[in-house]
Amino acid sequence: MNNYSRRKFLKTGGALLAASSLPISMVEMAFGKDSEQNFTFAYISDSHITQIEGNKFVRNWDRGLIRAVAEANLLDPRPDFVFYGGDIAQLGKPEEIDHGLEILSALRGDVHYVMGEHDYYVDLGEYWQKQLGPDHYSFNHKGVHFVVLNSILTHEEWMHKKWDSGMDRMKQMARLDNPNGQPFMVGDKQRSWLKADLDKVSKDTPVVVFSHSPLQKIYKGWNFWTDDAEQVQALLKPFDKVTVLYGHVHQIQTNQIGNISFHAAMATAWPWPYPSTYTQQESYLPKLTVDMNRADPFFERDATGWQFINLHSGNVDVHYTLPDNEARVVAFDEKLGHPVDTKYQAMADRTSPQKHY
Amino acid sequence: MIRKLSLACVLAGASVMANSTPLGLPPVPIPENNPQTPEKIQLGDKLFHDTRFSADGKVSCATCHSQDKAFTDNLPVSKGFNNLTGTRNAPTVLNSAYMKTLFWDGREPDLEGQSKQPPVNPVEGGLPNHTPLLEVIRKDPEYISTFKTVFGVGADKITMDHVARAIASFERTVIAGDSPFDSYYFAGEKDAMTPAQIRGLELFVGKARCVSCHRIEQTQALFTDNRFHNIGVGFKTIQGKEQQTAAAFIKSKREGADVDITVLTRKSMSELGRFAVTENVTEVGAFKTPTLRNIEKTAPYMHDGSLETLKDVVNFYDKGGREKNEDPLSGFLSGGIRPLDLRSGEKQDLVEFMKALTSPQLEQFTQR
Repeated sequence: MNNYSRRKFLKTGGALLAASSLPISMVEMAFGKDSEQNFTFAYISDSHITQIEGNKFVRNWDRGLIRAVAEANLLDPRPDFVFYGGDIAQLGKPEEIDHGLEILSALRGDVHYVMGEHDYYVDLGEYWQKQLGPDHYSFNHKGVHFVVLNSILTHEEWMHKKWDSGMDRMKQMARLDNPNGQPFMVGDKQRSWLKADLDKVSKDTPVVVFSHSPLQKIYKGWNFWTDDAEQVQALLKPFDKVTVLYGHVHQIQTNQIGNISFHAAMATAWPWPYPSTYTQQESYLPKLTVDMNRADPFFERDATGWQFINLHSGNVDVHYTLPDNEARVVAFDEKLGHPVDTKYQAMADRTSPQKHY
Repeated sequence: MIRKLSLACVLAGASVMANSTPLGLPPVPIPENNPQTPEKIQLGDKLFHDTRFSADGKVSCATCHSQDKAFTDNLPVSKGFNNLTGTRNAPTVLNSAYMKTLFWDGREPDLEGQSKQPPVNPVEGGLPNHTPLLEVIRKDPEYISTFKTVFGVGADKITMDHVARAIASFERTVIAGDSPFDSYYFAGEKDAMTPAQIRGLELFVGKARCVSCHRIEQTQALFTDNRFHNIGVGFKTIQGKEQQTAAAFIKSKREGADVDITVLTRKSMSELGRFAVTENVTEVGAFKTPTLRNIEKTAPYMHDGSLETLKDVVNFYDKGGREKNEDPLSGFLSGGIRPLDLRSGEKQDLVEFMKALTSPQLEQFTQR
């Protein structure tokens, strides 16, 4: 290898991974040339901290979150804040929430939290809210309107029916393919709040919405689903630039519905297979999604995750980084008006995912 | 000495070309643009042992990769010219032909790239650049004639690429399998390993989880996954200073600092591991999985030579990536590193098993 190609090797390595491998979603908002308005933020999600007993917790989930925090702390320049996308806990126990928050306390900077169903269903979010405050809220930051929704609510009568214990309810909701499960929803009350909140925002303000479940319908059997998604989307429709960022699905998903761009976050805990792999009921996996490959079962962090996001003029570019793997970049294409996977959009460039196990 | 060695290596090279691969190893991958020839291998052998390619005329490749010491120096970190020390333990050349990247942080993609660095590193060969080295070669009648034969170039056309290709060709003959483990595992010779070693193998692929990274495949075993992992070694050096160290490193890299020089001369930056090459924050403190073949002969261990014995190594893994239970764990620790709860007999069995990975070829290399 001559000197030129050696330099190229080093340079390519650097360039490739600098943008690729952050353990968090880092969002950079860019507004024209006014650099005062530019800022970044980071996004960590789905740690599923699991208590075994006493002070013993499942180590791999701990380490996934600890890594995310250590890596997010390396970001330079510092992000303005960090978003946590929900499911700190596996079964919503105070011990699990506290253990997760203790790990997250090592983060440099402020953290905003989103409620996940694993945080909620044991006590209907009581302990989570005691520790972290309201489950839905909004704020403005340097010209962007941020909205956080609790999208994992369900029918009131199911939540409040006579359960043997809160943990019973939690275990029903924590299961996949559960015929007794219930669909997630934002609900009438919160949608009224959202409408009133958005009424105060000018239509050219970029809006970034955080939810735990996707505010679109993908696969009901696993609650990759929000039952009143269309009604929430209708409230977001009048705005020029809207991005919805969600956790819950533990995988890369991309979609565009009208003016709304959707991006999913990978988990710090484990990856889910794509619902199409497992479909027993109809699946609406977003067409723009280019599947990740099946995770390597011998590599404990494979397909878990972290992403790095640039937001150009209010549109999001997501740099999905897979540890020890090739980076994936899903960038907003101004001409097409939706995000595209920059490398793998063309079928010929894709590595075919394994479709059965 | 050199002549005797050369002869043995030519034989070894010839056997490689004849595709008689030692038991337990795959065929040696030979790059298309650097085919093996006996003359090239012999030339590489000579270059490998030439001490003139250093600032004090005393340091050759073989100084730190001595065939008497299983192609290492058996020092915690290597000594270069004027006895200057670097930050990292010299890995063995044995079976390096199979490595997908070179150096502990994989900063070179192949053997051809690797050998160019040490002569010009300020704590290794200490030369300001490759010119003095090439001048030695271009004035040496024997080299001139051999380079002409091997590469078809005249003295003034000899470049560092030619030098590196010859050395790489030689290194591709330094391979060693045929260990008791290989006889036991791949040839079905049940007596090839002792009962303790057989128990150790079971632990190796089972409870102790070594095989996750130190791979054994169905027909061969390189005992590496060619990947990078943070196993906790060296973490204390940058504990609490990870952010400053990473930021300072990136800054100096942007300002043109050479990675090879920086990581061998700055102890804290050395501990950034693979991150220094890729700038991937998921690879802070991650180092390449070394092969375990001939591990008994290559002490001390780990990228910084910080563990003296195989027993120390097993203890380190048993505690989940630390020397003492009260030591803190790195946030960047690989998820695969976790306490193993090994009993003391089990630890001993693992050590015994690792001794079954020593190749008989090692004797030949040592004797010649």
